[in-house]
Amino acid sequence: MYQITCPHCGPRAQTEFTYERTTDSVVDPAGDAQTAMQALYTRANPMGLDDEIWRHTYGCRAWMVLTRHRVTHEITAVKAIGPEALP
Amino acid sequence: MKTPYSAFSLLRGALNGQKHWEPAWRDPEPRASYDVIIIGGGGHGLATAYYLAKVHGIRNVAVLEKSWIGGGNVGRNTTLVRSNYRLPQLHNFFEFGLKLWHGLSDDLNYNVMFSPRGAMFLGHNDGDMIKLAERGDAMRCDGIDAELLTPKQIAKIEPLLDLSRDARFPIDGALIQWRAGTARHDAVAWGYARAADALGVDIIQKCEVTGFVKDGNRITGVETTRGRILAGRTGICVAGHSGHVAGLAGLRLPIESQTLQALVTEGVKPMVQSVIMSQSLHFYVSQSDKGGIVMGGDPDNWPSYARRGQPTIKEHAIAQAVTCMPALSRLRMLRTWSGVTDMSFDGSPIIGPSPIDGLYLNAGWCYGGFKATPASGWTYAHTLATGKPHELNAPFSLERFMTGATIDETSVGPFPNHR
Repeated sequence: MYQITCPHCGPRAQTEFTYERTTDSVVDPAGDAQTAMQALYTRANPMGLDDEIWRHTYGCRAWMVLTRHRVTHEITAVKAIGPEALP
Repeated sequence: MKTPYSAFSLLRGALNGQKHWEPAWRDPEPRASYDVIIIGGGGHGLATAYYLAKVHGIRNVAVLEKSWIGGGNVGRNTTLVRSNYRLPQLHNFFEFGLKLWHGLSDDLNYNVMFSPRGAMFLGHNDGDMIKLAERGDAMRCDGIDAELLTPKQIAKIEPLLDLSRDARFPIDGALIQWRAGTARHDAVAWGYARAADALGVDIIQKCEVTGFVKDGNRITGVETTRGRILAGRTGICVAGHSGHVAGLAGLRLPIESQTLQALVTEGVKPMVQSVIMSQSLHFYVSQSDKGGIVMGGDPDNWPSYARRGQPTIKEHAIAQAVTCMPALSRLRMLRTWSGVTDMSFDGSPIIGPSPIDGLYLNAGWCYGGFKATPASGWTYAHTLATGKPHELNAPFSLERFMTGATIDETSVGPFPNHR
């Protein structure tokens, strides 16, 4: 168990967060059926860093992207997503 | 031929100080090429090698293991063996395996301590009981044993369950499969290894696959930490690391690796007679032959290859088990451990050809690989020997995710972290 630094609330216990999916598995509404199926049903699943969508479910409920190592669990970056993070 | 394990051999050994025993398997140097290479010396890989040699007569086979055999998930599970699934593709597959389990010790000449003590799913409300009855009906239609139990019948088998009406999780009944049970996990790996080795299979440990040898769209061998080894056919059989090894061949699989934890208490006298599971809650409890209470629950619902789990997940499983069987609260936890499970996107395994010629897949066992060991080995051996799936693993193709023919027992959809 470790801490995740929420972009809005600061460091919080991991139990407040839930994992959703990786960023490359978000279906592109403009893409064709083949790319949609690829996004829904395949993963790189690397033994290394991947970009993951997490949610501060039991906190501020905001979505974020963690760049997290799948073996060491080290989080190298946290980025807010959603309307509030738009430029 | 190796000295068979028998009372007679033991008696004979008594006369010569038991000096006639040999190592259970050889430690060969890898050859330059094999007919079939199996990547992964776990239960499934070793079973595949054994059935390739025994059933199909293909003995020029190597099992490559990056560490030591049986050190992965076959050594990290909770040893449950059952075939009580609702969907026919699943229960027919696992039932084929369960029949092999019942004769496995004789077949391998190795005591795998298979103990068909019965496995029950608890029902906690009307909805649960309807689902359990439906599951039992589906099983019985295919000739698989299933029996609905009333709370009174449960009390005779498991008197320590809290069957009172004011229990936090009232128990309305259960579905039991009497032919299900447990087995000694290490013995399964060692028994298959010894039997496969006796038939000429090379078991090569400390040999990690680092890449594939490719010729166009064909895999013709593997690069390993002990050099290049060529193969007619190559089978991936690496459980939680399927995504990683398939990635070396350039494949993206419908698999996400997660941690699954289990724990065992100090040894006590018999207090849990059967295997008790609750799918509405999600815990399972059984008692090992040494007396320890073996427990498990949900996977940690986020990707990891770390083989270490989050304590809160264990706490959930323990809390549920203690609530349903209060006497467990008096026991002390002895050990906990984790394994990396290859969570597939419909909860069912993938066994069959891959999109790359010469490369085959056996993956996606989620948290239920141990019970499948004999059936997985049997059908994967058939697939590797003939290039085509056995009728039992035909539904478990990789293509099913693209065609929509998924086998989703819990109807969750493509979300391994919600399973």
